[in-house]
Amino acid sequence: MSKTTEKVKAGLAKRYARERRFRRFGLASIILSMVFLAVLLLTIFSNGLPAFTQTYLKFEVDLSAEVLGVDANAEQAALRAASYSTVIKNTLAASFPEVKKRKQKKALRKLVSSNAPYRLQQMVMANPQLIGTRQSVWFLADDDIDTFFKGNIDRTLPESSRRIKDFQLVWLDKLSAEGKVEKRFNTEFFSRGDSREPEQAGILGALMGSLYTMLVTIMLSFPIGVAAAIYLEEFAPKDNRWVDLIEVNINNLAAVPSIVFGLLGLAIFIQLFGVPRSTPLVGGLVLTLMTLPTIIIASRAALKAVPPSIREAALGLGASRVQTVFHHVLPLAMPGILTGTIIGMAQALGETAPLLMIGMVAFIIDIPGGISDPAAALPVQIYLWSDSPERAFTERTSAAIIVLLFFLVMMNLIAVMLRKKFERRW
Amino acid sequence: MKHLSTCIAISLAIGASAISGTVQARDNIEVVGSSTVFPFATVVAETFTRKTGKPAPKIESTGSGGGMKLFCAGTGINTPDVTNASRRIKASELEKCQANGVSPIEVKVGYDGIAIANSKQATPFALTRLDLFLALAKDVPQGDDGQLVPNPYTMWNEVNPDLPAQKIEVLGPPPTSGTRDAFVELAMEGGCNTFDWIKAEEKKDKANYKAICHNIREDGVYIETGENDNLILQKLDTNPNALGIFGFSFLDQNSDNVQGASIDGVDIDFENIAAGDYPISRPLYMYVKKEHANTMTDIAAFMAEFTSDEAWGEDGYLADKGMIPMPEEERAAFGAAAKNMTALESL
Repeated sequence: MSKTTEKVKAGLAKRYARERRFRRFGLASIILSMVFLAVLLLTIFSNGLPAFTQTYLKFEVDLSAEVLGVDANAEQAALRAASYSTVIKNTLAASFPEVKKRKQKKALRKLVSSNAPYRLQQMVMANPQLIGTRQSVWFLADDDIDTFFKGNIDRTLPESSRRIKDFQLVWLDKLSAEGKVEKRFNTEFFSRGDSREPEQAGILGALMGSLYTMLVTIMLSFPIGVAAAIYLEEFAPKDNRWVDLIEVNINNLAAVPSIVFGLLGLAIFIQLFGVPRSTPLVGGLVLTLMTLPTIIIASRAALKAVPPSIREAALGLGASRVQTVFHHVLPLAMPGILTGTIIGMAQALGETAPLLMIGMVAFIIDIPGGISDPAAALPVQIYLWSDSPERAFTERTSAAIIVLLFFLVMMNLIAVMLRKKFERRW
Repeated sequence: MKHLSTCIAISLAIGASAISGTVQARDNIEVVGSSTVFPFATVVAETFTRKTGKPAPKIESTGSGGGMKLFCAGTGINTPDVTNASRRIKASELEKCQANGVSPIEVKVGYDGIAIANSKQATPFALTRLDLFLALAKDVPQGDDGQLVPNPYTMWNEVNPDLPAQKIEVLGPPPTSGTRDAFVELAMEGGCNTFDWIKAEEKKDKANYKAICHNIREDGVYIETGENDNLILQKLDTNPNALGIFGFSFLDQNSDNVQGASIDGVDIDFENIAAGDYPISRPLYMYVKKEHANTMTDIAAFMAEFTSDEAWGEDGYLADKGMIPMPEEERAAFGAAAKNMTALESL
C-alpha cells in the first residue's frame, strides 16, 4: 500500500462521517419544516372546516294577514314593509309558551339569526299567495347557538361562564329532540358579503374584490412588464450607464417592502389623480407597482434563456429585430414569462399591507360589481375577521384562510403545469 | 405572433379605459375612524341597509386620529361623511375642520369600558388605579418629597401587600391604539392623582405631569401585543399569570375564558359601566359632516338609525354587541343634536 493511499484511508472515516452528518442535517431541516407546515395546516383546517357547515332551525310560521298587516293582493312596497319581525316573535313564543321572564324572552328572540324577518320578507315578496298559510321554514341559527351545536361550548362548565345559559340548553335540547335542528353546507358563506353577524358573514364580497383587483393588476403589469423586459433584454444598448441604472433600480424595487408601495399609491393615485379610495382600481394600480419588478426580472431571465443561435438564424434569414423577437424569441420565452407572472400575481393576491394605506381595509356589505365599487380583498377579510370579538368569527377566519390558500395553490399549480408543458431544453 | 401583439394592444386599451372611466359621484356613505367604534358602526350600517334598501355605507377602521385627519381635510366626494372617535374631538382638530369649511355635528353614541382581565384558571384580581400606576409607570415617586425613581417593582405584592405574590406581567395595546390612550388617561392618571405633588404639577407644568403619568415602563413588564385584542385573549389563556388590557366587548364575548378585575372595588360589568361607577370607561363619538348631510339625504337616515332606541337604547342591538348605552337624558340630548343637525362651534 502506498503512502498516499494510507493517508486517504486514514481520513476516509472522517470524510464519510462528515458526509453523513451533512445529509442528516439536511433531512432534519426538511422534516422540521414539514412538521411546522403540518401543524399550521392542521390548526387552520381543524378550526376552519366547521365553518363550512351551518346550523339551521325549523319553525312553523303562521303568515296570517292580521299579524302581517297586509293581504295577498297588496303592492310590493306594502309587502316589503309588513311586520315580519312580529311573525318571528309570535312563532318563537308559540314554540316555547312557558317562557315568561323578560330576560329569557329576549334570549328566545335571539335563537334565530337577525335576518329571519328578511328571510320571510323575501319569501312573501316572491310569492304573496303564502299570506294566510302556515309554512315550515328553516331559519339560520344565531352564532352562539351554532357554536353550541358544533360542540364548541362546554355544557359542563358552571352557568356563569357559558354563553348559553341553562334555560337556553332546555330549549335547544327540545328542538334537537324534535328533529328541528339541522346542519347543512354553508352556502351563505360563499354567496354573501361581509356581515357583523358571524352566521350571515360571507366571503363572496372579498373574493370578487380580489378578483377585480387581480384583473386590474394583470391587465397593467403583464403588458408593461413584458414590454420593459423585451426592451431591456433585446433592444437596450449594452454598456450604457442609464440602462445599468435602470437595471439596478428594478432589482432594488423587487425588494422594497410592500407597505411603501401603499404609501406611494396613497400619495399619487388617490391624492394627486383623485382615484376613489377603497376600490379594486386603486388596489390594482398599487399591486401593479409591486408586481412589475417581479415580472420584469422573471421575463428577462426567460428571454435570456433563449439560445442566441435562434436569434442569429432569424436575423441571418433576413428577419428584422422586431420580427426576430416577436416571431421567435418571445414565443419560446413565454412559458417562463407566464410562470413569473403567475407567481407575481399569487404574491399580490396575498398582500394586505399596501391595501391598508389605500382604504381597502374596510367593512363592505355589498358585493362589488366592478372595479370602481368599494371592495375588500381576501387577506383583508381575514384580518378584519380575526379582529372581531364574536367567537364564531374564529372559524370563519380559518375558513377564509382555506379559501385563500386554495386559490394560491391553484395559481402555483397552473404555473408548474405551464412550465412542465412548454418547457424546452436546448 | 400577431395574436400576441393584438392581445397586448387590447389589454392596454382596457387598462386605459379602466383608469379614465371611474371619476364619478358615489352614492354610498363613507365612514372612517376609531377601531373601537368600528364593530358598532358596522352593525348600524348593516341594519340601515337592510331596513332602507339603500346602498351600504363603507366603513374604514383608521383609528380616531387618522379618521379626524381625513374628515377635516375638506368637503367633496373624496372626503368621508362621518368619522368615529373613541375620544372627543381636540381643539386643534376642530380648528382645522373649520378652516377647511367643515362643520362637524357631534353625536356621543355610548360608552366603552376597558377591562383588566386574567385567565379564569387564576384567582381574580382586585386592583386600584394606584396599583396600576405603580405597577406600570416608567418612573414612580418615592417618599413625599417629589423624587422619582425608575420603577423597581417586579411583584404585585410589592405594589400593594394585599395583592398576590405574583410577577407583574401585563399584555396591552401599543401607543398607536385608542385603548392605550384611554387606559393611560383614565387608569394611570387616576393613580397618579393620588399623589398630591403630582396633581399640583398638572397646573404648574403640564408636560412634566404627562411625562410622569403617561409613560409606561419599557423593561418588559408591560408587553405590547399589537392592536389585535383576540391575540391578547389567546395569550392570557396560555399564561394564567398575565393580565391583559382590552375593550369590554371582548370580555363580554369571552366570559368563559377570562375574568375582569375589579377596579377601586367596582366590578366590571354592564350595569356598573352604564352607571358610570366603573372608573376606566370612555365615551364614544360620531362626527357627521353637516355640509354633506345637507346634500345627501341618506346621511340623516343613517344618523337616525344610529340614534334610534332600537340601536343605542338600553336593550338595543348595540348593547348586545358590547357597547354601553348612555343614560336617558344624554341620549335625548345627543339624539336631538343629530336630528336638528346642530354643528359643533367650539369645545
